[in-house]
Amino acid sequence: MADTNKKVPTQHVIGFLLSLVMTLIAAWAVIGSALPTMWIIISIFVLAFLQAGVQLFMFMHITEKSSGGGHVPWNMMFHGFALAAIVVAGSLFTMSFGFDHGDMHGGDHGGNEQHEEHSNHGE
Amino acid sequence: MALDEFFVTGEPLIYAGMVSIALVSAAIIFLLTYFKRWGWLWREWLTTVDHKKIGIMYILSALVMLFRGGADALMMRMQLAFPSLEFLNAQHYNEIFTTHGTVMIIFMAMPFLIGLMNIIVPLQIGARDFAFPFVNALSFWSFFLGAMLFNISFVIGGSPDAGWTSYTPLAGAAMSPGPGQNFYLMGLQLSGIGTLATGINLMVTILKMRAPGMKLFHMPIFTWSTLVTCFIIVFAFPILTVALALLTIDRIFGSQFFTLTGEGLPMMWANLFWMWGHPEVYIVILPAFGIFSEVIATFAKKRLFGYSAMVWSMIIIALLSFIVWVHHFFTMGAGAFVNSVFSVSTMLIAVPTGVKIFNWLGTLYKSKIEFTVPMLWSLAFIPSFILGGVTGVMLGMAAADYQFHNSYFLVAHFHYVLIAGTVFACFAGLVYWYPKMFGHKMNERIGKWAFWLFLIGFHVCFFPQYFLGLDGMPRRLFVTNIAEWLPLNVISTVGAFGMGAGFAVFVFNIYYSYRYSEREKTGDAWGHGRTLEWSTTTPVPFYNFATVPYVDEIDPYVRMKEEGKTTFDEKKLKPIHMPSYTGQPIIMMGFLAFASFALIFEWIPLAIVGLLLAVGSMIYRSFDYDDGYYVPVDEIKRTERKARGL
Repeated sequence: MADTNKKVPTQHVIGFLLSLVMTLIAAWAVIGSALPTMWIIISIFVLAFLQAGVQLFMFMHITEKSSGGGHVPWNMMFHGFALAAIVVAGSLFTMSFGFDHGDMHGGDHGGNEQHEEHSNHGE
Repeated sequence: MALDEFFVTGEPLIYAGMVSIALVSAAIIFLLTYFKRWGWLWREWLTTVDHKKIGIMYILSALVMLFRGGADALMMRMQLAFPSLEFLNAQHYNEIFTTHGTVMIIFMAMPFLIGLMNIIVPLQIGARDFAFPFVNALSFWSFFLGAMLFNISFVIGGSPDAGWTSYTPLAGAAMSPGPGQNFYLMGLQLSGIGTLATGINLMVTILKMRAPGMKLFHMPIFTWSTLVTCFIIVFAFPILTVALALLTIDRIFGSQFFTLTGEGLPMMWANLFWMWGHPEVYIVILPAFGIFSEVIATFAKKRLFGYSAMVWSMIIIALLSFIVWVHHFFTMGAGAFVNSVFSVSTMLIAVPTGVKIFNWLGTLYKSKIEFTVPMLWSLAFIPSFILGGVTGVMLGMAAADYQFHNSYFLVAHFHYVLIAGTVFACFAGLVYWYPKMFGHKMNERIGKWAFWLFLIGFHVCFFPQYFLGLDGMPRRLFVTNIAEWLPLNVISTVGAFGMGAGFAVFVFNIYYSYRYSEREKTGDAWGHGRTLEWSTTTPVPFYNFATVPYVDEIDPYVRMKEEGKTTFDEKKLKPIHMPSYTGQPIIMMGFLAFASFALIFEWIPLAIVGLLLAVGSMIYRSFDYDDGYYVPVDEIKRTERKARGL
């Protein structure tokens, strides 16, 4: 807002294009490629980390020199990572069903049993 | 697509709905044309970026949504009290409980609170507007158009009918074909953009734009609750966005994330939904706590007891809100260990909440209480909310939850926390800050009628439902022809109509007060204001503060009044930088709403056109160098002298 500099924001445009390209590659790896499953998983993980890097370095002021690095939002980044960990680890923990396959309750929609088989298969 | 597939046909109630929509729209268009108000509407409201006007639009929309959700509720109660009348059929009943839940949470509770935050938070911290006024307007229009999109579903295409939780596989394409579920997905997705943007916007506003000298622990408690809420919004809403997007891709493009076939994980939806859904209930309850704290401190005429304990308990509640989600589906079939972990974390939340309850009681202790309408709502909140909280701990015990799950016991529990917490707070906050928004108070006598009707109606409606649940009545059931349930259901319905009457009186009070209430002369309408919003003149000038005061304590306005000071210092006047009004937000969001509507009916080419137009308008916005304008000192001087009678 205080920035009245009216040049074309090269870095943002490059970052935007890079993130589009990486998204398309990831979609292709899953839908169109004939790679083995493990390679697909590894490649989309790598792309995801690169994507996060593009966001942090191209858009999110992490390289801002003018304030001596004072703009790096370490606090928010920590919260972001903590939350991502809760989402991923929590989902794995919950969806593992505690490795308990005996005591099945009917559940809401009766889809649990079938789902149980699939999740085993997936692991 | 034939026209009779596009419009919903064959239901007399829905035909009545269509007729009333047509009549109301025609009446609005006629009135605007007759009084030549189109230009006024566009210049003053549709293009505004003023946080106070946007807040009023939020609250107005939320009241309309409260009416819609309430009408749904009354129809359900009619069906349950008189099952032999066959007032609603199974399909219609499913649609109505789905829209009731979604409308009340997403399009009533959140916008109402965000509306109050919009108006009050900048005033409380001595700011002149939001950090990003343009984005604020964008947020409002994304919410409003999302809400309209969702609401139109009952006459066009058919309402969603899989519950407000929209559980898969039921909500998937195989079991719920047609546009109904798509309305749910796109309506929430569109309004979710606005909520997320507001979260960021308010967070930056509070962190960066406080009056000089005001440390975080000098902020009014409502602003604190808003800040904590914004953190929850920023961290929780992306989860919903992703879940909605995955289900949309499932339904429209045939992927298999949540399907029964193709190795989909239907329960993953429940998992993701509640990872957002549980923080969501704290998004609507924490600002409510903030409002009650302000109202109680004002009318107990004391500083809030245990201010820092209040703040820290809100922060702890926010942290805990992210690690309890599994308690919404204990019966999914997870093992004892998984359920126990979430059972313990759930019960932990009772601790900080209890701290808050005792702090409110501590504020009231030995104080001289003034029983105004907002105070009545706040006092009624404490015992009512405790009933909801205690039954929440009962539900949190995983083993016991197998009995309570999806029974009316649960329904009674969450209505006790959401109505006694959020809805009471909305009413309390609206009445409390009403003079600041509109320049006159709401009538106290009529307000008390509304309060007592609503409060008694609420308890008569929901208290019997605990016992209906214990008698085994499941939720979302449309046939209840079981003799033991009938008396309690009839009592509950009577209570529901009492609440309806209370709401009607409340709305009448808005009209009555507009006509007959005495206009405010001072800014401190209640006479006991403690925080900066009461130090502004009424009506609040569009720049809020001509000179921003220095603040280095809690409740700064108390000392200002004692010392006979105001925030206004004519010698320090400088030109004020304000943002220009712009029509871009409503147009940009209009394109996105168009794209969403096309996607709902799976008209892909039209959706692409809409998206391209939206992206185009964003690019246009990127090259818009309008930096706002400066209000000259002379104009400020004139405005302030007139308002302050100098």
